Amino acid sequence: MTATYIALDYTDLVLASVLLFLNAGLSVWLRLALERQFLIAAARMCVQLGLVSLVLKALFALVSPGLTALAVLVMILFAGREVMGRQERRFAGFWAYGLGTSSVLFAGTLVTLFALATQIQPDPWYHPRYAIPLLGMILGNTMTGIAVGLNTLTSQIKRERPAIETMLALGETRGTAFRPLLRTAVRNGLIPIVNAMSAAGVVSLPGMMTGQILSGVDPLEAIKYQILIMFLIAGGTGIGVVTAVHAGARRLSDGRHRLRLDRLADS
Amino acid sequence: MLQVRNLSRPGLEPADLDLAAGEALALLGPSGSGKTLLLRAIADLDPNRGQVSLDGASRESMSAPAWRRQVTYLAAEPGWWSDQVADHFPEPEAGRALFAPLMLPATMMERPVAELSTGERHRIALARVLVQSPKVLLLDEPTSGLDQGSTRAVEAMLRARLADGAAVLFSTHDEDLARRLGDREVRVRKGRVEGTTP
Repeated sequence: MTATYIALDYTDLVLASVLLFLNAGLSVWLRLALERQFLIAAARMCVQLGLVSLVLKALFALVSPGLTALAVLVMILFAGREVMGRQERRFAGFWAYGLGTSSVLFAGTLVTLFALATQIQPDPWYHPRYAIPLLGMILGNTMTGIAVGLNTLTSQIKRERPAIETMLALGETRGTAFRPLLRTAVRNGLIPIVNAMSAAGVVSLPGMMTGQILSGVDPLEAIKYQILIMFLIAGGTGIGVVTAVHAGARRLSDGRHRLRLDRLADS
Repeated sequence: MLQVRNLSRPGLEPADLDLAAGEALALLGPSGSGKTLLLRAIADLDPNRGQVSLDGASRESMSAPAWRRQVTYLAAEPGWWSDQVADHFPEPEAGRALFAPLMLPATMMERPVAELSTGERHRIALARVLVQSPKVLLLDEPTSGLDQGSTRAVEAMLRARLADGAAVLFSTHDEDLARRLGDREVRVRKGRVEGTTP
């Protein structure tokens, strides 16, 4: 079932980097002023991936629950930062970071634990060789969905303010008054994963499956993993977006059913 | 009927007000003086302090939606949450019954909101409040943007509600309207509600 795996030499990478220098040359020739950024970004990538490989190697050798949990926590904190960074209008104070991060934490760990406990079942269950790549793929997509959903909520709530306040003034609950906006925000957060699933195999060959095929796994086996991952990603994104958008709406209203735009930071 | 004691919020100094059943009170004062803040605070739409009660029952004794169904605020620029006028009425027939006295054609119920004039929207928004028959109406400039005929129609409608025992607190820049419709006038200046004149 497993074909030969072709390992790469460093000379292979050097050879491929010729293309990068070609890009830099084009940038000079066409005066794009991108050559510096190209080279810096490429160098950054090499250093970052090099470090990650060392960290992963150490984690896989140790198989320590504590260190794996630490790595997971760092990944989630970075994902939360990314969610915050993608907001045009942020929540005031702690919530700017806290809301997105806690939603990522909740949805990402829930779905990863579900996959580890029932479908993949590595031994031990927290084995970092399974837990970390799995969480990474789920986090990346969940994070994007949450960022889009929250951004829709906070950027459109100002425009929708007269409609929401009119409903509240007529005696509707905040649940009813926020419903149309929540629906839009959740939809926007979920559309990318729907598109990704529709395009998989036709327009795009998903990265994980491609990687497995390159490393010699039978395509029939590789797509099984890919389908599993897509389902997990869809689940994580759904749970994460719904959690984040509803928590956001609660934060932007209060127990007396008032719209609280003062809880958004000034922009 | 409506009793307001020490009602304050940022931009509004502690205010007292009393409003009896069948009474209309006009709020006068320059733009930005705090008339809207006062009306919104009574409806509990912004964080505020103070005691407000209706027929002896305090706001806090009921849910905010229950309070606002009885003490309803109508903004100077009301909002719309759907494209069609009819979608804004739980029972369009009940709304349509109010259209003729407000000088609105009955067919307007099926029109898109975006096609209506400011004055038409204003009167439809008023009809939307009146179908719920609140006990107290908090109206922010109810006749701004209306021609004389429509203004009179709105006045007649509000008089009929007053005769039925509702109370009306309205802000306006129109001193004539304040005198015609208001039983009393209150001046608001720089966030301070000044003495009532009978």
